[in-house]
Amino acid sequence: MSGVTGNILTSATDGGQTLTAPFGHALVAAVERNPRIVGLSADLAKYTDIHIFRDRHPDRFFQIGMAEQNLIGVAAGLARIGFVPFLTTYCVFATRRAYDFIAMDAALGRANVKIIAGLPGLTTGYGGTHQGIEDLALMRSIPNLTVIDPCDATEVAQATTAIAQHVGPVYMRLLRGQVPVVLDAHKYQFEIGKAKLLRDGNDVAIISTGLMTGRALEAAVTLAAEGIAAAVLHVSTLKPFDRQAVLELLARVPRVVTAENHLITGGLASAVADAVTDAGLPVRLRRVGIPDCFCESGSLPYLAERYRMRAADIAEQAKKAL
Amino acid sequence: MTALQSKAKQLRRHVLRMAEVVGQGYVGQGLGIADLLAVMYFDELKYDPSRLDWPDRDRFLLSIGHYSIGLYAALAEAGIIPLAELDTYGRDGSRLEMSGTEHICPGLEITGGSLGHGLSQAVGMAIGLRLDQRPARVFNLLSDGECQEGSTWEAAMCAAHYRLENLFAFIDCNNQQADGPPKQIMNIEPIDQKWRAFGWDTQRINGNDIRAITDAIVRAKRTAGQPHAIVLDTLMGKGVRLFEEREKNHFIRVEPSEWQQARVQLEENQ
Repeated sequence: MSGVTGNILTSATDGGQTLTAPFGHALVAAVERNPRIVGLSADLAKYTDIHIFRDRHPDRFFQIGMAEQNLIGVAAGLARIGFVPFLTTYCVFATRRAYDFIAMDAALGRANVKIIAGLPGLTTGYGGTHQGIEDLALMRSIPNLTVIDPCDATEVAQATTAIAQHVGPVYMRLLRGQVPVVLDAHKYQFEIGKAKLLRDGNDVAIISTGLMTGRALEAAVTLAAEGIAAAVLHVSTLKPFDRQAVLELLARVPRVVTAENHLITGGLASAVADAVTDAGLPVRLRRVGIPDCFCESGSLPYLAERYRMRAADIAEQAKKAL
Repeated sequence: MTALQSKAKQLRRHVLRMAEVVGQGYVGQGLGIADLLAVMYFDELKYDPSRLDWPDRDRFLLSIGHYSIGLYAALAEAGIIPLAELDTYGRDGSRLEMSGTEHICPGLEITGGSLGHGLSQAVGMAIGLRLDQRPARVFNLLSDGECQEGSTWEAAMCAAHYRLENLFAFIDCNNQQADGPPKQIMNIEPIDQKWRAFGWDTQRINGNDIRAITDAIVRAKRTAGQPHAIVLDTLMGKGVRLFEEREKNHFIRVEPSEWQQARVQLEENQ
């Protein structure tokens, strides 16, 4: 897998601005403010950008080897001594292999553990073994856990800073390597639990999370050229879910497309549907994301097209929602 | 009878009292582990009942949640929870759940019960205490059946890799897991050799012999650069003959008429 980090494209589009390893650099900056931060990984330090922290603070980094259950448990033990452990692996390994440890050691005990998980959704050329397609559904169902899916390099860095200060267990999806910059144009400031309206419009609402927000913004530009005004609400914290922001938007614009780098069940679309149903809002909802299947392996542009997750697919669904 | 033996008998009295209130339960485990808990809470552990979050306290981690009956007895006798509260064990609304939960019952460092979790958290604590240069130590009580969980061995490998000499694991071999004896369910023996092969300073002793337990701890503390495993061969129901003879059950069923007989047998037992 050598070279993967350098080649990684977290967006299927080429040519835009990127930053290298925003998580690793933000963690190094965070430890300057909070010396209680420690790092851990399960043989994936180099592939999750935490090697930057490891190389700077070798005495504060603990390699756990290929043992994800132990990775979570050791971090929970460190948290109980008062450290702020940031641990990394891939979404699939954290949430499939070590689910019980996240639930019991981190969440039930409210241990101050930060789980940073790479390869969310379709951000790897590998297939069903490596694509974290149902991790948000699993993590969202665990009480006490905060769940975050950042959309670009800016947000990865801001969220890293924020969760380092937040007390409590967090699961954050990681965009690693060369990560696109999307939000700088929007004067964005990440806050845990707050959805942000990046663009307003009264014809249709696009509610997006993770890297799909970049594509949602592209779709809104396309739609605008066709005379359709689309709002884009970016929901990077899946839990706690900002129901108020969602309901305020949908009360005004009851035609919505959700867009997520995840199964269309159990993640963002389900959270929006829950909120809308509880509020009794009559809303037309269309969902962009992965259907009920394990996905093929392949290049990222191929996968985005194959599973209809491009900006064009969001725009198409938006028109159907009108 | 030594002071620690008296404490162990007192813990067994508490265990009988709690088990009688709910009519059944993990009385066999509570009686079987009373000797270790007496050594832990009244000889070895450094703690302050009035300051449970004292950073320099030794940590005692109960992996095996169903042994909570024994731990509650020790916590009450140590002044960490009120003695009178033992009568609420296993009842609706009680802090003393059949399988204890941290933040609900004071004095619980972790939530055991889902097996194979305690040792990993003990490893994290031992690393953390060493980073902070604190003298406190971490003690984890696990069971023979728990050695079938793969995560136990992930943690065991890690503890030896990081040379955690401030970590002590007690493996209670009472030869009984939920579906029967480990030999029939999934053989774990030779269990002491497995811990040794994983790089642990390992001893195997009679876990119902208080002197053997204290001697083993002294020897373990003399061994530097390795985590310490002490395999305890114990008898479920120890101290009450009618339960000792019924030891073939993970979850002992007791007739209401038998509790008086159990109390008499405990008092007669030396």
